[in-house]
Amino acid sequence: MANSTYRCLVGVIIFAGCFMSLASASAGEVYTLTIKDHHFDPAQLTIKAETPATLIIKNLDASPEEFESKSLRIEKIIPANSEVSFALRALKAGRYKFVGEFHEDLAKGELIAE
Amino acid sequence: MLGALIIVFREAIEAGLIVGIVLAVTRGLAHARTYVFAGVCAGAGGAALVALFADALSKSFSGNGQELFNAGILALAVIMLAWHNIWMSRHGRELSQQLSSVGRAVASGERTLFALASVVGLAILREGSEVALFLYGVVASGETGYDVFLGGLLGLALGAAVSFATFYGLVKIPPRHLFFVTSWLITFLAAGLAAQSAAFLQQAGVVTLFTETLWDTSWALPDKTILGRVLHTLIGYSDQPSLLQGLVYLSTLILIYAATKFTQLRPRLEPRLSP
Repeated sequence: MANSTYRCLVGVIIFAGCFMSLASASAGEVYTLTIKDHHFDPAQLTIKAETPATLIIKNLDASPEEFESKSLRIEKIIPANSEVSFALRALKAGRYKFVGEFHEDLAKGELIAE
Repeated sequence: MLGALIIVFREAIEAGLIVGIVLAVTRGLAHARTYVFAGVCAGAGGAALVALFADALSKSFSGNGQELFNAGILALAVIMLAWHNIWMSRHGRELSQQLSSVGRAVASGERTLFALASVVGLAILREGSEVALFLYGVVASGETGYDVFLGGLLGLALGAAVSFATFYGLVKIPPRHLFFVTSWLITFLAAGLAAQSAAFLQQAGVVTLFTETLWDTSWALPDKTILGRVLHTLIGYSDQPSLLQGLVYLSTLILIYAATKFTQLRPRLEPRLSP
């Protein structure tokens, strides 16, 4: 019995593995956002559509922030006084809103892909 | 204060629901509460550690440490839930008939208890680290003070209230239906967590396939609302899922269902314990 269960699990893992293509995409243009006093600068960032890019977010505040965007499908914690960078998938032209979840009333902005 | 309450509560809902479900599923098993309590404590301790090393974590794996960590935790929880369901489909009835009186039932009950307690621990680890970071940020920046901190603690208390409400709601279900309800709950829960794990792998750029948005219902029911969050946990609702998330969700549902049926139908190899 235990054996069949483990076999099932292995099957699940292998199946899940089929979905993954190990390719890390972090090429293209590099854009930078800064967080200071819980505001994004620039609050509107224009990027090239249909091109993978890298976004760097610098948090100059003494408190951590969580960069979150449902439409970009990104949620990422940026510790206090540090920066993170990550790959943006190739985006269709359009507007992609984002917020700093820990200070949602202040930290708002959008990416404009065109 | 209200803002902090909402932020923390939103994070705490998922863990709260999971604790409630696990408490209901394991009710009547010997030492169930001890296991769940240990899971909660381990999760909270782990969350504090993760928050403490958030900086190092986010810099690891060329900046994808957070994502891979989250994806891994979620995948582990899915495996534990799947294992529990498959195992219960075979032994659940035995367990509920014999409960804790038979030594073997206790011994094997402890294995599934361990799996479920780990699910609790993992849920709290993941959501709790964000809460810890947020509260830590409030204290560290000193800009807002006790008001916000208190709001955060109230949010946590509300999360605990969700656990109790879930538990008492579930145990109201007559015992003969409870098993059916909880196995489906766990199956959907696992599928939703698997989809979330897939989303983190996409975010990390590990998976670059199927990034198209399946649908956008953020105008009707955003994930961020309390209802959206509850549905997000219970059935894996997402307002803008990627194609990959949809595929992983469906395959997890089908796989767990199929594996459960398969184990149920297979003839027993072990001699049956007479009650």
